[in-house]
Amino acid sequence: MNASSKKPVVRISDLHKSFDDQIVLNGLNLEVQPGECLGIMGGSGTGKSVALRHVIGLMKPDSGQVEVFGREVASLSANELRALRRRVGYVFQEGALVGWMTVEDNLALPLRERGKLSEPQIAERVAEALETVHVIGAGQKFPSEISGGMKKRISIARALITRPELVLYDEPNAGLDPEISRSINALMREVSEKLGVTSLVVEHRVECLRRVADRVLFIHEGKALVDDITASFFQPSHPRLIAFLGHDQE
Amino acid sequence: MTPDYLPSWWPQLLTVLFAAGVAHAAWNNAGPRALLEEAGSRLMLLWAVFACLHHLPKRRAWLLSQVRSAAISNLYVVSLVGVFIGMIFALQAGIELARFGQQDQIGPLVAAGIAREMGPFITALVLASTYGSAMAAEMGTMAVSDELTALEVMSIDRVSLLVLPRVVALAIVCPAMTVISDMIGIIGGGFVASAQLGVGWDLYLDSAITSLSGLGETFPVPKDVFGGLFKSFCFGIAVALISCASGISARGGALGVGRATSRAVRDATITIIVANYFLTWMIYR
Repeated sequence: MNASSKKPVVRISDLHKSFDDQIVLNGLNLEVQPGECLGIMGGSGTGKSVALRHVIGLMKPDSGQVEVFGREVASLSANELRALRRRVGYVFQEGALVGWMTVEDNLALPLRERGKLSEPQIAERVAEALETVHVIGAGQKFPSEISGGMKKRISIARALITRPELVLYDEPNAGLDPEISRSINALMREVSEKLGVTSLVVEHRVECLRRVADRVLFIHEGKALVDDITASFFQPSHPRLIAFLGHDQE
Repeated sequence: MTPDYLPSWWPQLLTVLFAAGVAHAAWNNAGPRALLEEAGSRLMLLWAVFACLHHLPKRRAWLLSQVRSAAISNLYVVSLVGVFIGMIFALQAGIELARFGQQDQIGPLVAAGIAREMGPFITALVLASTYGSAMAAEMGTMAVSDELTALEVMSIDRVSLLVLPRVVALAIVCPAMTVISDMIGIIGGGFVASAQLGVGWDLYLDSAITSLSGLGETFPVPKDVFGGLFKSFCFGIAVALISCASGISARGGALGVGRATSRAVRDATITIIVANYFLTWMIYR
């Protein structure tokens, strides 16, 4: 089946969002097809993370529509929103691991809360998740005792442990050195290919999106300015995108 | 005694006027909308805690951990404050009683004063300023570092996971610490009675225990002790709830956490003092 004939996992139509007098999103449109990895790129403060927060229902649009799995997020009841969120994994910029829980407890938390698996099954799933993100021997450590790169890996493992259909990454390379960034990008690509999950990656580092995204969308002044497959995106013709990528491309 | 020219209900009138004055000042200071929003969010949090009480068996590990840390880290503070409160109370009352040759009455006076008022009040204040502030800072840090958002995104009920164990823990720890504070306070009063007022230990303790044995009319239990413990139970819930609510609403990094912590201690202190009056009125009128 052709990808374009499938129903998109995420569809954002004419999304507007302002904070007081500051217009952040000004008619954003995008679609993410099943199994696809869409990268969202743009300068700081262009509303990339704000768009992501609308997808998971943490923000309500001023106008426009955000549909996830065919349901309009803003019109969902609290129970429906909870059910939708169970199908989505979210990787936060700083990891957002619960500080007073060990790495293993952080990973087990969403499974324990759902109450569908026994403790041995949870332990097995946690071990499997740690193996997927190539973290061995840190299960009993607290988040304050591990490095930034490892936190990011654990955060990815936590997002994947419930076997979501869609994973949202909010600046997965933020605060990481190039070497660790490369390993995180490889991990994201591996996860995407191995598990076949749909991904939406917000990032402003060229190297990350070049490596993980199938398609990249460039946001400028709250709108999608360029939307192209990754290879073409990084051979830009739009002057604004050339200006944005200029330094990195050199 | 109420003077003839004042109605019998004048203390209540005075309290309502005072409460209205405080509310008016807070209204002008924070703005009516902010004040109503804050009060509303705390009441909704209380309701959410009640609504998830049935999750308590699932939270027993966190509950025990909260009880342990609240009790252990504050036991010495409550004991130290309790013994000196008892000594101060005995000294102040004893000096006055001695002027009328009534220092033998120091036992009942200290016991009733501590069990009814000072024990629950001081224990709650100590817990608000130590454990309550720590709780607000912890929740505030979770709020500003996206940990609470992460729980929300994972469809994890943060009231059930974070607030419920803390509220129940302080509802248990506050009365338990009050019992300790009461006992130590009465013993502290005994030191002063015997050493400085010339009242024998036996007489002091006998009269103190006898005075605390009086049963209530509605419930046949020692009224002074259980009245104080009921207050303490309410204070514990209030301190935990206010601290958690302040922490959850923290925004804006370290500065926001600091503000949330100081707001938690301020609001918990005011709530304890105002609630103390109304609870005292309800129990002892």
